[in-house]
Amino acid sequence: MPHDKDPDGATALTICPATSQDLDQVVALDARVTGTAKPEYWRDIFERYGARRPDERFFLVAKPAGGNDAGPDTIFGFIVGEVRGWEFGSEPCGWVFAVTVDPDRREQHIGERLFRDICARFRQVGIGKVRNMVRRDDTLVMSFFRSEGMVAGPYIQLELDLNDLD
Amino acid sequence: MQKSSRLAILALLELASNPDRQISTAEIGEKYRVSAHHLAKVLLVLGRAGWVQSVRGVGGGYKFSGNARRITLYDVISLFEETEVKCRLSDPSQANPEEWALFDVSKEINDISVATYSSITLSTMLMQIEKRKKAQKISGSDAASDAGAKVSAQ
Repeated sequence: MPHDKDPDGATALTICPATSQDLDQVVALDARVTGTAKPEYWRDIFERYGARRPDERFFLVAKPAGGNDAGPDTIFGFIVGEVRGWEFGSEPCGWVFAVTVDPDRREQHIGERLFRDICARFRQVGIGKVRNMVRRDDTLVMSFFRSEGMVAGPYIQLELDLNDLD
Repeated sequence: MQKSSRLAILALLELASNPDRQISTAEIGEKYRVSAHHLAKVLLVLGRAGWVQSVRGVGGGYKFSGNARRITLYDVISLFEETEVKCRLSDPSQANPEEWALFDVSKEINDISVATYSSITLSTMLMQIEKRKKAQKISGSDAASDAGAKVSAQ
């Protein structure tokens, strides 16, 4: 059975806070995309962002809204972010630090809807700006965020190899 | 960014914003204040890349034939410019530490430029252009309202 489609042709989705039952799928999806399985990392992320300070921390998953061949609890994608304030001299703003979409479900506006959902939640708590950090060579992810209207912010990320420290 | 790259991007944006319409070299040249001759050379390169098509017949001109969601600014620039920072010496082992330190800075700036241009598609640019147009309309309305309010107040 094909996925239910919204009137504009996008897959009908429910976006909701992740539960502990979603963790295995999150780990698997992340491992598939990044090549590295990190079950402890995601368990820790869920404890910090899925279960605490729910008005400022968001761990959201996208699941099909209607009937489909993958099952109603299949995760098509997820996004994690939080409100952070005063680090690096910045006023409180929303930070998105993870977004992943099942590679088999791309081009269905899932990433777009996850991003807009988390931005709406940031706005609801009075936040006016969202930021993130993207690897310079990750053109796909950077193109996605730029297509959502993001532009370079006022910071430059610097780093030092500690082996170079005298 | 060199002049040809800039012109190529502007021409592509003009054509991609109206993909069903054919637009003449003269029309694009007039809008961006450039010579039709220079523009024709640029459009020839874009045609070879498969992104524009010349249209014969009445009116003539060009039409967009690429995928605006896939063509990045870096793709366009690469057609007209060398995009790598290279050591100017034929034998890099001859470079001294001062030259290498400056090369490192140049490379850092270039890498950031490449990453930025590579992440912006024509489609994203068109979205930014629409935002600007809306903002200009609003500030134009505000200015007109302010002017109207001042006249009423006098």
